[in-house]
Amino acid sequence: MSISEFFYMGGYALYVWSSYGLALVVLAWIFVSPIYTRKSIIKELRMKYRQQERQQESEQQET
Amino acid sequence: MVPWFVWAFLLTLFAGLYYGFFEAPPDYQQGESYRIMFIHVPAAWMSMFIYMIMATAGGIGLIWRIKTADLMASVSAPIGAAFTFLALVTGSLWGKPMWGTWWVWDARLTSELILLFLYLGFIALQASIEDPRNAARAGAVLAIVGVVNIPIIHYSVEWWSTLHQGATVTKLDKPSIHISMLIPLLLMAVSFKLYYAASVLMRARGEILRREQNTRWVKEIVTEDVA
Repeated sequence: MSISEFFYMGGYALYVWSSYGLALVVLAWIFVSPIYTRKSIIKELRMKYRQQERQQESEQQET
Repeated sequence: MVPWFVWAFLLTLFAGLYYGFFEAPPDYQQGESYRIMFIHVPAAWMSMFIYMIMATAGGIGLIWRIKTADLMASVSAPIGAAFTFLALVTGSLWGKPMWGTWWVWDARLTSELILLFLYLGFIALQASIEDPRNAARAGAVLAIVGVVNIPIIHYSVEWWSTLHQGATVTKLDKPSIHISMLIPLLLMAVSFKLYYAASVLMRARGEILRREQNTRWVKEIVTEDVA
């Protein structure tokens, strides 16, 4: 089997390769999205903690 | 533990792709198009497998109030939805050249589409409830009620006369699929399961920070972590 024959997939190239391409995209999303979600959670929490600290400071200054 | 799962996934994936493309012969009726099945079938299995894990974990969380079980259920949902989506679209891409249509309202296809909506409903429901305890409880009830759809998906090809073909692997007598096609199929199935394990652990690492945000250890991790 030659390389071009392989990519031709007996005439079903469009369907076969778009299936495998989509699988690649979905599998990549399954891997990347938890990394991204974790980072955004850390960012969010860091802001929240900073805010809490600022609030505590201002409360101390008032008393 | 995540790297182990990822390496095992890659190993089985490439083995599966090798056998799927170079060892398995073209089908005598479908030609090369059936190679889509090496993605479609494992993805469809995953869609049901992950749903059962989600519902079981939800049930455990509901009865014994185990936080880890609730966590498992909610981090599984997006992965399950992704595999369901993949199964539906690859099925469609195979259906066009083989059946001559992208979609039919056949029992198997419709019940799998309902499964996707169950996942999306579960995710939306949990996202709409602020309190994690209540979100877990509501999600678990939805997931458990939705379990009724799983046997419907599996037996749909027997109960109704569907355009979708019957089972060739998961039946009681010998699988009616040739060994050269069964090997890549099972390799891909194992590979997807390993990938799910890796992804679920990665998601849990993030989600646990959100759920335990008022504890000292999370605060330490978050403020020290520069990532």
